[in-house]
Amino acid sequence: MALKKFRVRVTADECKGCGRCIAVCPKKLLSRGNELNIQGYFAIIATDPGNCIGCGSCFYQCPEPGAITIFEEE
Amino acid sequence: MSEKIKFGRSKVFFETFNRRPGPIKKNMHYCPGCGHGILHKLIAEAIEHYGIQENTTLIAPVGCAVFAYYYFNVGSISVPHGRAPAVATGAGRANPESYVISYQGDGDLAAIGFNEFLQAANRGEKMTVFFVNNSNYGMTGGQMAPTTLPGQKTTTSPYGRNPETEGYPTPVCEIVNALTAPVYIERVALTTPGRVAAAKKAVYKGIQNLKERKGFSLIEVVAPCPINLKMDASQVNEFIEKQMLNYFPLGCLRDRTGEMENGKLPAPVIRDEEEVRKVLFPVRSEHGVAADFRNTSEFFNSELRVKIGGFGGQGVLSLGVMLANMARLRNFNVSWMPSYGPEQRGGAACCAVTVSRGAIPSPIIDRGGNLLIAMTQAAFDKFIPELREDGILIYDHTAVKLPQLPATMQTYGVDALAVADEKLGSSKFANSVLIGVLAAVLAKNGMTEADQADFNRAFAEAVTEKFGRKPGAVEANLKAFEAGKAAL
Repeated sequence: MALKKFRVRVTADECKGCGRCIAVCPKKLLSRGNELNIQGYFAIIATDPGNCIGCGSCFYQCPEPGAITIFEEE
Repeated sequence: MSEKIKFGRSKVFFETFNRRPGPIKKNMHYCPGCGHGILHKLIAEAIEHYGIQENTTLIAPVGCAVFAYYYFNVGSISVPHGRAPAVATGAGRANPESYVISYQGDGDLAAIGFNEFLQAANRGEKMTVFFVNNSNYGMTGGQMAPTTLPGQKTTTSPYGRNPETEGYPTPVCEIVNALTAPVYIERVALTTPGRVAAAKKAVYKGIQNLKERKGFSLIEVVAPCPINLKMDASQVNEFIEKQMLNYFPLGCLRDRTGEMENGKLPAPVIRDEEEVRKVLFPVRSEHGVAADFRNTSEFFNSELRVKIGGFGGQGVLSLGVMLANMARLRNFNVSWMPSYGPEQRGGAACCAVTVSRGAIPSPIIDRGGNLLIAMTQAAFDKFIPELREDGILIYDHTAVKLPQLPATMQTYGVDALAVADEKLGSSKFANSVLIGVLAAVLAKNGMTEADQADFNRAFAEAVTEKFGRKPGAVEANLKAFEAGKAAL
């Protein structure tokens, strides 16, 4: 059986840049971006979203309902 | 290749937060890194998981989570500060189908609302309380809260909380654990992924308990408040792990859900009116009139406004109650409003009785009274300005010295206390004597004979209702009534 594939997405305009997700990613895929979003925060960006292992740690650290979404390939 | 969402926005949140003012409709109002958002997500997910969205009522507190109803697509009530468990009790009992969540912060729950919260816990109300403990008052700018740590600097403890003057952090879970009724108590923290996973489990358990009506569940969530604590994400996690958890140890303090059967919310009890009457008035008078009886006497065409004043112990209040009950027994609308000092005997006492065929807009009488019964000089002086110029004054002529009064005013002096003492051997019957006097006064004022007879019957009924268990008392009061009629 092949390994499941995941993808993490950070919706820049819904991110407040608190950084809680950065530290918990076991693959270190998340980092602070350098562009201000519509709310005036430096949003987090996912550098290599396809390397996500789908653990959900970042999702449950994020205080915003829809800033982080993790997809699973079917 | 297609994709499905593994972790994403819960359907229990509104798609767009239209209740939130301003242009930002996808985000919550919380500061960056706030624990409320994380807990909101866990609760929303648990509600979705257990499929209770339709019947869930979330009580939003005062505090940072005051706008929780912007976000959760469930029934919501916004309540005064600290009152969430009290309102949750009412909401749950009034709607036995509902699942009620009380969401509160540390200022709301552990300070202003601690009483409501503890009482609800002690009653074992079937609700789940989420208690967010972030060691300060967040919404108002980081003041010292009951949960602030010793030595912790806040805007109102600039030198650090001093336990000698400000006490120690309130251990809410441990206090609740001293009570018998709660079924589930757990403290969790929102720091590392492992801790958040444990928090998620506890939140699920809380919602499951709610769904299965297990009883009172408390989940204390030690949550980050990075902005007020002036820390970043990792510093605030370290503060919680290294400092807060020393005072707020994590873990499940109690889980009795296994011993509890799946229950229901108690349905509201609506008792039969007649049954209640039997409990309140075990001895019923012969009810003189039918339920649809309406007195048509001209005498009551206008509202009758009676003020009775004296000192405590003279029977001033019971005289008013007796008059009010007589009117009630004849299906008038009636109000009785007492005013008295804290003492049972002595001090000034007065009451206002209004009898009307129509609605009574206010039970207060401060002008336009028709009838004043004054037992003391003080009561006379105080209330005579309220009496109409064509009003009726009944006063104790040994206690009250009358000044010059308008000629249109009718005045009747009688020493009710002396009459009661002389005829019945006790001044405690003075109030019934005064109702006898009133009967005589009404007769002089054109009340028809039929109405006079009915007044007498109404008095007998009211007295029987009140003293029915003491036959001697009924007889004595009826005698006092007759003595009053004769005394004028």
